[in-house]
Amino acid sequence: FLQHVKASFGTLKPEAKNMSQQAVNGVSHRGKVLTLDSMNPNVKRVEYAVRGPIVQRAVQIEKELKEGVKKPFTEVIKANIGDAHAMGQKPITFLRQVLALCSYPELLEDNMFPEDAKKRARRILESCGGHSIGAYSASQGIECIRQDVARYIERRDGGIPSSPDNIYLSTGASDAIVTMLKLLVCGEGRSRTGVMISIPQYPLYSAALADLGAVQISYYLDEDKCWSLDVAELRRALNAARQHCNPRVLCIINPGNPTGQVQSRQCIEDVIRFAKEEHLFLMADEVYQDNVYAEGCKFHSFKKVLFEMGPEYSSTVEMASFHSTSKCYMGECGFRGGYMEVINMDPEVKAQLTKLVSVRLCPPVPGQALLDLVVNPPQPDEPSYTTFMKERTAVLAALAEKARLTEETFNTVPGITCNPVQGAMYTFPRITLPQKAIDKAKEEGQVPDMYYCMRLLEEEGICLVPGSGFGQREGTFHFRMTILPPTEKLKVVLQKIREFHLRFTQEFS
Amino acid sequence: MSKMSENGMVSRAKVLTIDTMNPTVKKVEYAVRGPIVQRAVELERELSEGMKKPFAEVIKANIGDAHAMGQQPITFFRQVLALCSYPELLNDSTFPEDAKSRAHRILQSCGGNSMGSYSASQGIDSVRQDVARYIERRDGGVPCDPDDIYLTTGASDGIVTMLKLLVCGEGAARTGVMISIPQYPLYSAALAELGAVQINYYLNEETCWSLDIGELQRALDEARQYCNPRALCIINPGNPTGQVQSRECIEDVIRFAAKERLFLMADEVYQDNVYAEGCQFHSFKKVLFEMGPEYSNTVELASFHSTSKCYMGECGFRGGYMEIINMDDEVKAQLTKLVSVRLCPPVPGQALMDLVVNPPQPGEPSYDNFIKERTATLSALAQKAKLTEQVLNTVQGISCNPVQGAMYSFPRITIPEKAIKEATDKGQQPDMFYCMKMLEETGICLVPGSGFGQKDGTYHFRMTILPPNDKLQILLNKVKEFHQRFTQQYS
Repeated sequence: FLQHVKASFGTLKPEAKNMSQQAVNGVSHRGKVLTLDSMNPNVKRVEYAVRGPIVQRAVQIEKELKEGVKKPFTEVIKANIGDAHAMGQKPITFLRQVLALCSYPELLEDNMFPEDAKKRARRILESCGGHSIGAYSASQGIECIRQDVARYIERRDGGIPSSPDNIYLSTGASDAIVTMLKLLVCGEGRSRTGVMISIPQYPLYSAALADLGAVQISYYLDEDKCWSLDVAELRRALNAARQHCNPRVLCIINPGNPTGQVQSRQCIEDVIRFAKEEHLFLMADEVYQDNVYAEGCKFHSFKKVLFEMGPEYSSTVEMASFHSTSKCYMGECGFRGGYMEVINMDPEVKAQLTKLVSVRLCPPVPGQALLDLVVNPPQPDEPSYTTFMKERTAVLAALAEKARLTEETFNTVPGITCNPVQGAMYTFPRITLPQKAIDKAKEEGQVPDMYYCMRLLEEEGICLVPGSGFGQREGTFHFRMTILPPTEKLKVVLQKIREFHLRFTQEFS
Repeated sequence: MSKMSENGMVSRAKVLTIDTMNPTVKKVEYAVRGPIVQRAVELERELSEGMKKPFAEVIKANIGDAHAMGQQPITFFRQVLALCSYPELLNDSTFPEDAKSRAHRILQSCGGNSMGSYSASQGIDSVRQDVARYIERRDGGVPCDPDDIYLTTGASDGIVTMLKLLVCGEGAARTGVMISIPQYPLYSAALAELGAVQINYYLNEETCWSLDIGELQRALDEARQYCNPRALCIINPGNPTGQVQSRECIEDVIRFAAKERLFLMADEVYQDNVYAEGCQFHSFKKVLFEMGPEYSNTVELASFHSTSKCYMGECGFRGGYMEIINMDDEVKAQLTKLVSVRLCPPVPGQALMDLVVNPPQPGEPSYDNFIKERTATLSALAQKAKLTEQVLNTVQGISCNPVQGAMYSFPRITIPEKAIKEATDKGQQPDMFYCMKMLEETGICLVPGSGFGQKDGTYHFRMTILPPNDKLQILLNKVKEFHQRFTQQYS
């Protein structure tokens, strides 16, 4: 072996300096091909707090609990992620019946399934290659489903036409959002594409922008006005950004994540006007469109408002809107169903988009089937209608109740201020942290709200996501908690957070 | 800003145009669903509108989509998937016990016992454990750690993710990635999009598309002058070529990767699709470990598998996994973080993968039927592979290597000079010109060899062997007739 070492040293050529290095003591060691220093630097900049370090710790604690380690709690409550079924929400019966029929068409002979479910299953299967959901679909998505999506959009938007050709089914909304951003980002240095996104935001956006090496342009939602969007703030952010990048895109999440605000119609018009004036491509993330709870709040689709503003806007503003099967009343996150509608897209770019999505072949067909049912649910004259409406209403009513309960409870805690949860699935309350706690966090090398949330996790087994994972005004702290646990459990969770907060404040007073 | 034209009309350029979009996306091509397929879809539409054509149907032999071509799903898999979708069926006595017990296990590992929950981003824990056990069984006991398994949205997802991690640097230090010519164009597309340097190594058509280390060396040495080669991709069994590499070849490739410090990416999605006598699938992982610790402790490898091919053909479910060997811990943490942004792969696909790696066992109620269906599918494919090679080799001007594995034939075609000229005048690749004519005249949709890469001056097409036997016979005869007509026409 040593002879081999000596021989290697003897014949080492200059160009071999990247090859194996042998330490003086003859132990062979060599750097790996793929290391932190030799990997894609953009990937290193990516963060996704919703499944970040606090969740990793939560999973670890779950493992410890399972192994019998004693904790001050018996279970970890994962209120970090908008996963309704994981928190006990039931799937919609009709949707699952059709999916079962599509998966195993022999069941079409089974009389436990209602006719309307069978009819939809047959229609979906007939549109699949070989009548199987195992066939690849067209890359843009199964045609008849895109037609159903277009009709759904027309119904939703009071008759405003939607072309199936402008619909792209996707692997969850995230897929389509990333695809659009990918198309949009170009340029170098000061002409690098800038993308406007709200602070706070759903961190898919910041992650995608980091991955693409795009410039993130943050615009602040107004916490004092229930997280509303102010066009003056958009303008401020844009003007500042123009000095160091080429702003081309404006992203808005409505209803909002993490903030839950449902923007007024006026606001939406203002945003559209702003996008037109400033020549920005509009991306409207509308995955929570059925999750609207507060009195006086209503979902206004960007598409609808755009068209109601007349041809000066509807013929010119370039827009993509996004929807998903993961939220609303369905909660079918695991199926990865979604779509985007593109408006006023340049035909050459559209051809590029179509080409780009073809490389990944197609979105998951079960997710496409599920989306079809969401946009084409049981109608009043159909057998499954009554049960469908009952289930749908129950889910949405429960969410509304939990939204209200959450806001109410948090606002009784000194040091926690909670804006109304107007929509979506989260609360994003502001927490006051004592200076001593902030100092302690710094000592630990942690952002203060991460420190807070980690303590909460260790002491109560409740997993939230610190506000720093979404963005917030300097010097303010928040956390995001889902409103998804069943009401009784939610009450307990809220109570525990209340107690923790008081304890924490006391400890660092 | 807004521009005004002379007559006072306000006109403005769009925000997003061909000139202002991401330039690397423009460089992306994916022939398997490219222009010829778009034309095929158009023709289908015209047919359905009643237009008269020289054919009654378009046959899409362009894509490895088994079910679309009439292959039946495996009953057991679909039973479990139905049970998982609608658990009320667990009370239904028409379902066998083994299907129910698998469905139970899968559901219990899902949040809220529902497939509608997000799973862990790396994939459902118990499924990754099952995958690890499958790999251990397949590889004669070579250990596999579930923590090295990442479930993915089809194999394509895992492949793109790995390439994304690997690609960095600027100019002459830009990452170079070695890929075979011919290749499955996901690779060239991903490299174009990432702005990586594609390093082509030619498979040897004369020796049944085998891989020669001398050629790897040539390609690498040349590439070192203008990029930083860091990865070597190999598809085995091959796509589009179907070759099943010998064990010795795999050892040579591993040795080469070790010596030249290349991250090895082994695309093994066709691992059950091996037909030719004397050919056997050797997993890179297994060979790596059998070569001893000098290699098994050092060579960085990612291998990829999928639910889309083999005997399952469940393309639409987008199920897949990758196994990572010897990855740097810090990089692995980055990988885990990266996949978390997209939350998780589709859960139905994960469930399906679980069944593929954990199929009915002898003694279980579904075993006999499962084996029967699996065997029938694989032997039909073997049959069709043989038939394809046979028939195409009877055509003067077509020369077809044995289809040793996978799902495609990639025959070489002789195109007359006159045809090459006409194609060139039209601005078309000669084999695209050929395939387009075939499509218009026979309704058969193939993919020209230029979409996969080929030696300069040679032409090929890729055709799947998937249509049912009698349809395939007809197809092959039409291809034969077309080729003879075409050759005659341009003589």
